[in-house]
Amino acid sequence: MNEKTLIELREDIRSKEISSTELTKFYLDRIKKYDNKLNSFITVTEEHALERAKIADLKIAKGEVKKLTGIPIAQKDIFCTKGIKTTCGSKMLSNFISPYDATVIERLNEEGSIMIGKTNMDEFAMGSSNETSYFGNVHNPWDLECVPGGSSGGSAASVAASLAPCATGTDTGGSIRQPASLTGICGLKPTYGRVSRYGMIAFASSLDQAGIFAKTAEDCALLLSCISGYDRKDSTSSKKDVPDYLEECRNLDVPKKIGVPIEFLQNLDEGVAKVFQEVLRELKSMNCEIVDISLKSSKLGVSAYQVVAPAECSSNLSRYDGVRFGHRADNVKDILELYKKSRSEGFGNEVKRRILVGTYALSTGYYDAYYLKAQKIRSLISSEFNAAFKNVDLIIGPTAPDVAFKIGEKTSDPIAMYLSDVYTVSTNLAGLPAISIPMGLKNDLPLGLQIIGNHFQESQILSLARQFQEVTDWHKKQPSGLK
Amino acid sequence: MDKKTVSKIADLAKIQIDDNQIDNIVNNLVKILDLVDEMNSVDTDNIEPMSHPLNLKQVLRVDEVTEKNSRDSFQENSSVTEDGYYKVPKIID
Repeated sequence: MNEKTLIELREDIRSKEISSTELTKFYLDRIKKYDNKLNSFITVTEEHALERAKIADLKIAKGEVKKLTGIPIAQKDIFCTKGIKTTCGSKMLSNFISPYDATVIERLNEEGSIMIGKTNMDEFAMGSSNETSYFGNVHNPWDLECVPGGSSGGSAASVAASLAPCATGTDTGGSIRQPASLTGICGLKPTYGRVSRYGMIAFASSLDQAGIFAKTAEDCALLLSCISGYDRKDSTSSKKDVPDYLEECRNLDVPKKIGVPIEFLQNLDEGVAKVFQEVLRELKSMNCEIVDISLKSSKLGVSAYQVVAPAECSSNLSRYDGVRFGHRADNVKDILELYKKSRSEGFGNEVKRRILVGTYALSTGYYDAYYLKAQKIRSLISSEFNAAFKNVDLIIGPTAPDVAFKIGEKTSDPIAMYLSDVYTVSTNLAGLPAISIPMGLKNDLPLGLQIIGNHFQESQILSLARQFQEVTDWHKKQPSGLK
Repeated sequence: MDKKTVSKIADLAKIQIDDNQIDNIVNNLVKILDLVDEMNSVDTDNIEPMSHPLNLKQVLRVDEVTEKNSRDSFQENSSVTEDGYYKVPKIID
């Protein structure tokens, strides 16, 4: 069962080969069996899931099926879920129970999916290894001593270990694609504005985007159709029509002209480069034309990101003041101490660090040197992508500089940690869609291939990813030991 | 970036920093700003700043009530409310 794709499971449910209750129990049992090793869930919603599965089975019996009826899903704990704890991986929100559902949750519920739990994550999505979570490290199913990546580390690990057939995630600088790469699954970050951010706890609002994890490109296409579309509660969500991504990724002509940025290959680890060259050979045999391109400002992506993201974070996180919700400190003498003590006790070190950097970048006398400069670099990066897409259909490269690293290896050096996002941040700055799909192994650990498309070209990305998965079987590899 | 600057921005950000942590924070912020300073390797004099990835227009809606008052359910997340108000330490003597 755990080798089946989401689309196969959906067929099994529709043909009544298996009931939703049986399927839900199957995954809940796997969580019980393996999650003490992985720590990928903060909350398991067993009772809620079994109740919903029962309703799904009644609907299936009546022939009333929607896109995901009866399918279990793990939700990143950044999405507000009505009546169910939403922590965002922070002590600050460790007791927060949202009075409403995020739009992503609402849409997935409407399509009949069943939430089986809320997944672990870096605190407020700030991290690339899941080590900043207040609820402990998540372990990579391929090697329990390694990180699963971050910030959506719990979602990625849960899908990689088949504790859920699919999961939601969010991506501000690579937080879906990098963990997908490190855990050997598919992770899609849609175009900025494709998916509503309503009810998704804010980190950096001009970069944050919701997306999904699954085992195949087709599964991602199905899920993307469910969560996309305009939402009047998010004025930055796009009014563009939502195509049937599954249909399109199956039937579109496969994009043929693929650009490879020379900057992505400079100083690349030898083992990663070898795997990537193999991918290029495979693509050529699929009749793709590989073209060298240059995105010369992309090397400044991490620098610009480390201004824009903290600046927006310092503003967004000012709402946590200990008054209306979130952690509230005891024994304070005045309101200022209430604010300071609540925030200092409630936030972890990485979150505090980013708030400080952001506050500094926005403070009097430094705005032009940092924030304005970063916005200009952002402009350069974006226009270089625009120019590239005049000549190529898609852009590819490795998702991350290397395979999963050991837990603790980079925690004392924030710069080393930030550089794990070197290939992913630029697409967030430009608002572009991108996917990471498994492309091979190095030292028995998975590596991801990133496919970047122009704005709203998710179908083209998914089409190439699907074709690649037709002729390769990297996406079928599973971590041993958790079968 | 020094201890004095860190104390000042921490105060602006309403974050307390313990004395035994301040050196470590200064060190890390210096490293981060060095990374950020790489932006200065490129001349951006005539470049328009980009604040947002999509060319979006501000959306306005008719000024009418669309949500019902949910004060009670919102206040369930606060331990210190009274008669529909949030309680905080005394601000004015």
